[in-house]
Amino acid sequence: MKTEATEPVDKSGAQRPGLLRTLEIDTRLLGMIGAFVILSLAFNLITDGRFLTPRNIFNLTIQTVSVAIMATGMVFVIVTRNIDLSVGSLLATCSAVMAMTQTQILPNMLGLGLDHPATAPIAIVVGILTGTLIGGFQGWLIGYLTIPAFIVTLGGLLVWRNVAWYMTKGQTIGPLDSNFMIFGGTNGTIGAGASWIIGALAVAAALYGLWAARRAKLAHGFAVKPLWAELVMAAIMSGAILGFVATLNAYEVPVRRLKRLFEARGETMPEGFTAAYGLPISVLVLIAVAVAMTLIARRTRFGRYVFATGGNPDAAELSGINTRWLTVKVFALMGALTAISAVVASARLTYHSNDIGTLDELRVIAAAVIGGTALSGGFGTIYGAILGALIMQSLQSGMAMVGVDAPLQNIVVGAVLVLAVLVDIIYRRKTGDGA
Amino acid sequence: MSTPLVEMRDISVSFGGVKAVDHVSVDLFPGEVVGLLGHNGAGKSTLIKVLSGAYQADAGEIFINGEQARITNPRDARGYNIETIYQTLALADNLDASSNLFLGRELVTPLGLIDESAMEAEARRIMARLNPNFQKFSSPVSALSGGQRQSVAIARAVYFNARILIMDEPTAALGPQETRMVADLIMQLKSEGIGIFLISHDIHDVMQLCDRASVMKNGKLVGTVAIGDVTDDDLLSMIILGKNPKAA
Repeated sequence: MKTEATEPVDKSGAQRPGLLRTLEIDTRLLGMIGAFVILSLAFNLITDGRFLTPRNIFNLTIQTVSVAIMATGMVFVIVTRNIDLSVGSLLATCSAVMAMTQTQILPNMLGLGLDHPATAPIAIVVGILTGTLIGGFQGWLIGYLTIPAFIVTLGGLLVWRNVAWYMTKGQTIGPLDSNFMIFGGTNGTIGAGASWIIGALAVAAALYGLWAARRAKLAHGFAVKPLWAELVMAAIMSGAILGFVATLNAYEVPVRRLKRLFEARGETMPEGFTAAYGLPISVLVLIAVAVAMTLIARRTRFGRYVFATGGNPDAAELSGINTRWLTVKVFALMGALTAISAVVASARLTYHSNDIGTLDELRVIAAAVIGGTALSGGFGTIYGAILGALIMQSLQSGMAMVGVDAPLQNIVVGAVLVLAVLVDIIYRRKTGDGA
Repeated sequence: MSTPLVEMRDISVSFGGVKAVDHVSVDLFPGEVVGLLGHNGAGKSTLIKVLSGAYQADAGEIFINGEQARITNPRDARGYNIETIYQTLALADNLDASSNLFLGRELVTPLGLIDESAMEAEARRIMARLNPNFQKFSSPVSALSGGQRQSVAIARAVYFNARILIMDEPTAALGPQETRMVADLIMQLKSEGIGIFLISHDIHDVMQLCDRASVMKNGKLVGTVAIGDVTDDDLLSMIILGKNPKAA
């Protein structure tokens, strides 16, 4: 009763909420999207419109997937005040294990040849188990034996890179199973029709999410934003989803490649036939990972404990949270996501090579940090990390398109990372939003 | 007042040869506030952390409602309805009030997902009783004042039906008005039959709020006295000299 009496006074009197506040849009997210848009437009201008073509956007997306998947896991690692320097090397080990499984172990031991329908699923399961176990083992060293994460994973950086080397005797292993390679990007897209269906389903899910959140708030009698604000949000989200699908659908498969596909099936291509790539399966994997990780972060006890432990480890411990076991779980999850990235990365290359994932740990950490994850712990978002990965990749490939020298590219990327963290610190200080 | 709510018998805790708590026994009855007094390093916080499950005793026994209890971690303590409000507040600064209130015991939907709205509704209900002016439900607790943070910490203990409440310097970081608010809250909880251990430096607080006081010095219990029988000076001499005026 008392709360209801005071609330209207607050609203009508002191503050008239601004547009952004009414829409409840995260200003940090808006800042990142703004930076990304400016970056894209600038590159587009310099390259005479070659940067923002469906073809380049398609390539950019599939190049981002591997780092973005790992960055979502790195958010949890950094939020709990840890770090994982071993992800690039662990990716190589997982990739090596999967390559060995499909080219050597399965054919020799079970008699399942390359391209047998069971080969790819078995290889992927083995890879994810490997990643989870190694990640969990590193988490155990950190959580239970209290060795600092920096040291454990610095050791891991050397160990797992060379475990991969030792296992494969340094050889490149390929070609991989053709069903496995559908996760690589260009080799596995779902076409225009299916892409539109997925897009429509995504829009429906987004609308349902908005509606369900509003209903839950109303059920408990909390304040909700005005209906027009909900509708604007719904329109923005639907527009973004459908716009993305339309862009990727606009990228058509080159005629020569289509001809080869028809010839492979022993048919001739009809005159004037065209087909769009549509959504790559690797991007669908990233979207699934992003949705699952966001759900874990926001709506599960595990996710809540990850953030609580990052905010105040003592408080978490005293609240009865088993922070040691939590550390094991966080690193095991990081390992599992690294294995999924290994599937995407090796499928994109179509082979396993010794240097796969080299320096990925730095790209992944940079993506998470550019995306607003605080190294002091407790703060970070999944969408931020993915956006961070996208910004990093855009910067890299944009400069490559412009023709910036390789050393200058890396100098710029390094400087941007430091600058992004400075901007983040200033932002937090101004808004009083966390440490 | 037949069986004590809590009886800690002959508790000893050592840290690498230093006896932080040396054969100390204290007890607590329902609806009673017992003050634990002593200098820094007297062992009062260590003693109480044995009860809250943060430390384990090397020797001694704990009885809850007359039955022997095994408390090896904070979860065990919660199982016995022992709640602790720590000096450092033990709140996760980056989370909002209701997340902190339910930390470790979140409300979930039938699918096992966290039910944010239900938690906020419950948080609003309990805060309306404890601190009707509290409105900042969507801000992280780092944005709250000392008193507001303290009321979140107390709400956490009260919400989960604490029978035994441990308060470690609950007013140390607060202004006079907020101190009075916490004092009122303690009297309210006491009247509901909750037993409270109050760790404090402040003789004034103890004289005002407590029924009995146990004084410690150098890890040993100096003595336990009824507040009605002693003066401020008696308590002070127990703390400083380590002598029980009654015994002397």
